[in-house]
Amino acid sequence: MPTLKIDGIEVEVEGGATVLQACEAAGVEIPRFCFHERLSISGNCRMCLVEMEKAPKLIASCAMPAGEGMIIHTNSDKVKRGREGVLEFTLMNHPLDCPVCDQGGECDLQDQYIAYSGDDARYEDERRIVAKEDFGPLIKTVMTRCIHCTRCVRFADEIAGVPALGGIGRGDHMEITTYQEQPFASELSGNVVDLCPVGALTNKPYAFSARPWELKSTETIDVHDAMGSSIRADARGREVMRFLPRVHEDVNEEWISDKTRQAVDGLKYNRLDQPYIRRDGKMQPASWEEAFEAISAKLKGVKGDKIAGIVGDLCDLESMYAFKGLLNDLGSSALECRQDGAKYGGRHRAGYLFNTGISGIDEADACLLVGTNPRKEAAVLNIRLRYLAKRGVIASVGAVENLTYPAVHLGDTVRALEDLLAGKGKFAKSLKAAKKPMIILGAGAVSHPDGAAVLKLAHDIADKYGMISKDWNGFNVLHHAASRVGAMDLGLVSDKGMDGILDGAEKGDINIVFNLGVDEIDLSRLEKAFVIYQGSHGDEGVKYADVILPGVAYTEKPGTYINMEGRVQKAQRVIFGPGEAREDWTILRALSEKLGSRLPYDTIAQLREKMQADYPHFANIDQLPNEDWPESFGVAGKTSDAPITNLIDDFYQTNPIARSSKVMAECRQAYEGAKFEAEAMVTNG
Amino acid sequence: MLADKDRIFTNLYGYQSWQLDAAKKRGDWDNTKDIIEKGVDWIVNEMKSSGLRGRGGAGFPTGLKWSFMPRESDGRPHYLVVNADEGEPGTCKDREIMRHDPHKLLEGCLVAGFGMRAEAAYIYIRGEFVHEANVLDAAIEEAYAAGLIGENACGTGYKFDIYVHRGAGAYICGEETALIESIEGKKGQPRLKPPFPANVGLYGCPTTVNNVESIAVAPTILRRGGAWFAGLGRENNTGTKLFCISGHVNKPCNVEEEMGIPLKELIEKHAGGVRGGWDNLLAIIPGGSSVHMLPKDVCDTVLMDFDSLRDEGSGLGTAAVIVMDKSTDIVRAIARLAAFYHHESCGQCTPCREGTGWMSRIMDRMVTGEAELSEIDLLLDVTKKIEGHTICALGDAAAWPIQGLFRHFRPEVERRILEYKKSRNAA
Amino acid sequence: MNISVRNAEAFEFTPENLKWAAGQLAKYPASRKQSAVMPLLTKAQEQNNGWISVPVMEYIADMLEMPYIRVQEVVTFYTMYRQKPVGKHVIEVCTTTPCWLRGSDDVVAACKDELGIGFGETTADGEFTLLEVECAGACVNAPVIAYKEEYYEDLDNDSTRKFIRAIKNGDIIAPGPQTTDRHKSAPQGGPTTLKEFCATPGGDS
Repeated sequence: MPTLKIDGIEVEVEGGATVLQACEAAGVEIPRFCFHERLSISGNCRMCLVEMEKAPKLIASCAMPAGEGMIIHTNSDKVKRGREGVLEFTLMNHPLDCPVCDQGGECDLQDQYIAYSGDDARYEDERRIVAKEDFGPLIKTVMTRCIHCTRCVRFADEIAGVPALGGIGRGDHMEITTYQEQPFASELSGNVVDLCPVGALTNKPYAFSARPWELKSTETIDVHDAMGSSIRADARGREVMRFLPRVHEDVNEEWISDKTRQAVDGLKYNRLDQPYIRRDGKMQPASWEEAFEAISAKLKGVKGDKIAGIVGDLCDLESMYAFKGLLNDLGSSALECRQDGAKYGGRHRAGYLFNTGISGIDEADACLLVGTNPRKEAAVLNIRLRYLAKRGVIASVGAVENLTYPAVHLGDTVRALEDLLAGKGKFAKSLKAAKKPMIILGAGAVSHPDGAAVLKLAHDIADKYGMISKDWNGFNVLHHAASRVGAMDLGLVSDKGMDGILDGAEKGDINIVFNLGVDEIDLSRLEKAFVIYQGSHGDEGVKYADVILPGVAYTEKPGTYINMEGRVQKAQRVIFGPGEAREDWTILRALSEKLGSRLPYDTIAQLREKMQADYPHFANIDQLPNEDWPESFGVAGKTSDAPITNLIDDFYQTNPIARSSKVMAECRQAYEGAKFEAEAMVTNG
Repeated sequence: MLADKDRIFTNLYGYQSWQLDAAKKRGDWDNTKDIIEKGVDWIVNEMKSSGLRGRGGAGFPTGLKWSFMPRESDGRPHYLVVNADEGEPGTCKDREIMRHDPHKLLEGCLVAGFGMRAEAAYIYIRGEFVHEANVLDAAIEEAYAAGLIGENACGTGYKFDIYVHRGAGAYICGEETALIESIEGKKGQPRLKPPFPANVGLYGCPTTVNNVESIAVAPTILRRGGAWFAGLGRENNTGTKLFCISGHVNKPCNVEEEMGIPLKELIEKHAGGVRGGWDNLLAIIPGGSSVHMLPKDVCDTVLMDFDSLRDEGSGLGTAAVIVMDKSTDIVRAIARLAAFYHHESCGQCTPCREGTGWMSRIMDRMVTGEAELSEIDLLLDVTKKIEGHTICALGDAAAWPIQGLFRHFRPEVERRILEYKKSRNAA
Repeated sequence: MNISVRNAEAFEFTPENLKWAAGQLAKYPASRKQSAVMPLLTKAQEQNNGWISVPVMEYIADMLEMPYIRVQEVVTFYTMYRQKPVGKHVIEVCTTTPCWLRGSDDVVAACKDELGIGFGETTADGEFTLLEVECAGACVNAPVIAYKEEYYEDLDNDSTRKFIRAIKNGDIIAPGPQTTDRHKSAPQGGPTTLKEFCATPGGDS
């Protein structure tokens, strides 16, 4: 714990801290371009120079380890001149095109110029012009503005694990580029826009669409996967213009996936902005009153056991709670949320949570992935697994895909798990030796035909390999649906699962299906039933609907979500929904009144009060649960050789919003065939 | 003048064979086992007492540098890296050692490697020295075959390997951490210090980087004793040194001389004097392109060693003496060096990447006089804004020759600018 | 800056070079294959008619399990890797200050005149490429031309012309000083030191 003196202020810092961090601890601001807390230190911009007594030269504070007794000056003339010089060199070849630069108003170079610059520009020779680079559909490049801080290169290597970027050439000819004009094909690529301190890399779909000072920012939560990433939504008028990450150390640190960031245009297209009723085989616009009337007429006299309710991946707790209330009041108990056919049940919460916690991965030293490609199912979580792969060992069961880190492949059937439980193979030894081992079951594992057996095997593997202890639970289900854990907590599961309901509808056992945003399954199987679809987008679900009730998207309502860890988080309304669309719980509340059994709340506050009375843990905002480890879950049984696959094929097309996004549609095509290295990531074991 | 019996590089000019037999006759590999058996501490102390200062330019005491290597291994191997990336304009001494006396270098690697508990030496030779690399490779093969290095080096039971790693054209790789990066297969961009190579060097292991000449003189020092070497030259500037005398002399050459030899004597005795006589001398860059030039009046008396040249505001550097007579376009001579540093800047840190180009462009205008008078002070200010603000010393090296030019020849630059203006006005 | 010729022929090492590459890899710790990237690129350039194409980069990257961009960084950082095709004979003239002081301008003029091309250019018949290089490190033998692994030293306009004509004629030229009465880096007319060691000329390098 060295003690330093910064501009006369004594400060004690952790061992291993840098002088820059010590300065910050002393409340002294140090300008920087290249330094970033979450990237390796490169020390190349030289903006953070400070004076250290007894050192002949100024030192780069970002790179200098804080030492006992150091005396640092950050505002001496020498430092001031040093900064002025560095800024002058930085600006020498930087174009003065701020008026046409999207970074304007949120540019580190602009800000630091105002704070630290000396004279006016003295460089009068020609400025460097750098050819445009093509980083793909999400990142606009104006490389003439690049100041060579290499943050983007380090991000690609260290965080994204897709080594597509580099600095080629030498000296002032050095250029940051992708390999051979290929796009930066990472699910996390958009983060380099946030990292770029200048306007070299900007948000391409957002180009020239707004200035920062026109935007109204709302802090909210993302729903494109089950991480519950903290985001900031910037809106202008009635349009969400862009999403940015917010820092949440235990969830997304400060990263978001490209889907979280760039599916924003999906909020504009394909929207359901008024009710529809199928008449003469065609969907026709209707009023709310007509739609409710049609439903009410259809329900008359129908027994509860003929009615089913299914919920999709993007639903908030409030709508699902109201949905459950409405369906229960109608006498229905056939409620289901597991679109993917997952075999976990609702009895043991520890059996469907990501118990380790997302930031818990940072403590793990061995990990088994089963039926999952976290890169596609939870791209930001995958960053932590990459770091795990550097300190420990990762193995996988299922389909082999490039995870961005090496993984030992144990097999692609349930057999591999049986062998592991029997202690066979080299990985069994690694797992045994690990201090904090973990297992992650993806949708491909839990929705496998033998999913129940997989759950049982995983439970027993967790027990056998010391994954469960007083302060460690290494058993995890990795969800990709934002609504799933909440829906499970609400008990939106039925014995026969989603298939049971679809079968029932085909056989005529079920006549009426309430569909709250289910779009990912084969809905043609509902053809015979009367289907009420409530959702925000005209996607798969509306094709087989008889009545459509326009709900709103996640940015258009306040809502609560529970992420894969069981963390309860509140999302906020950013803008109002389009046209006649209404917040989902209010639709259900209004419908309940029409159907004669009014749900007992008039405001969202009342709803939440009631919901929290029923489910007390919903009140534990942003806390990590600690669930008891059950004796058993899943079902032991004979297993087949059916391969375990990964559920998500196309990262960019996983939900109605993403599928409505033109930007997302571009991505897959753009990234097809991009190749940055030999395929040597997988070893067999 | 240094007596031949005190010269270390007796085959400097390659009149004799470089091969093992001939090298042995010259005294190389003579009972090396004895030296090794005297132990690590003896070797390091003897090197310290010799007063040898690094021959690559910075002049850091070699024995002291070796002593920085961890005494106890923590499991990581130690490495010796030999800097044979000779590229400082004016300098061509290591080339002679490698092509004519490679066994001196190899024996030096062994004793130095032993002195720092290294398991291997990597000799990083600039890519352009193809012939020299081939000779080194062949000499290494001879040394392995004769059991001088390898599993049981010189019968001592010590295992030691020597590898040649060829560069591919980058002056910056002469900077020790850039050189390490380059061996690791990356761009030669200097690392931040700390950590220093003695703690975290090649492959993250304790590493010492030494110049070819520093290593090649070690066996002779250890054989004849540190005191012998310390008895040559003067205090803090001991021993013999290879000098490279280029430019406007009658007979450019390399020569081994005693440290502290007067510059004038060095040139007149060995290089046939300044072209057109001593009085025709304009200026000399005494230590490779990166040091300040000396005007004639300083050259008259200055001694060629670290401290004398430092006292004159210059440096011994690599002891590469670049002589310029009165016919020299001194502005162009320095402008060409500015272009060199611009070409060789690695591009990593801002002041050097941007500043070397800026300086070079202004210098080009100064050559023709197309510059403004005010640009002289601007240029000097730019050199000051680079100096001391970069990751490595290349920024300083680029700034100093320009500062040196204006310290001694500012009126010449001003004259050109005014003359150019006059000619434009006349036209 | 991207490597210009993209549709170059596929590349792989000859069996002989493959064996040589294995020898290079043996110099470095097994987990540090990347260390061999420079020697392997140099050899590949030699085999690939003097330049490095995209297939060459990717072949070496695959062999060393390096991301492609890391290899491209190396190729574009070091000046000896050539990113476009070159002539059969590559003439590299040093023009840095020590060579310039000794008349490299004359050497350059002779080259340009004899070959009819400027720096960075290749003759129409694909025979010669003329390149300007920075300090070759043979300054006491300035001015210097580097050609096929050797240095040709102490050049002036005439000897440069003779040198280039000799290459054109397919004659063999001895490297080293191109003036009479000079042995390597010793002073012209014979050394001032070590005379007894110089009495028996027999240098073999």
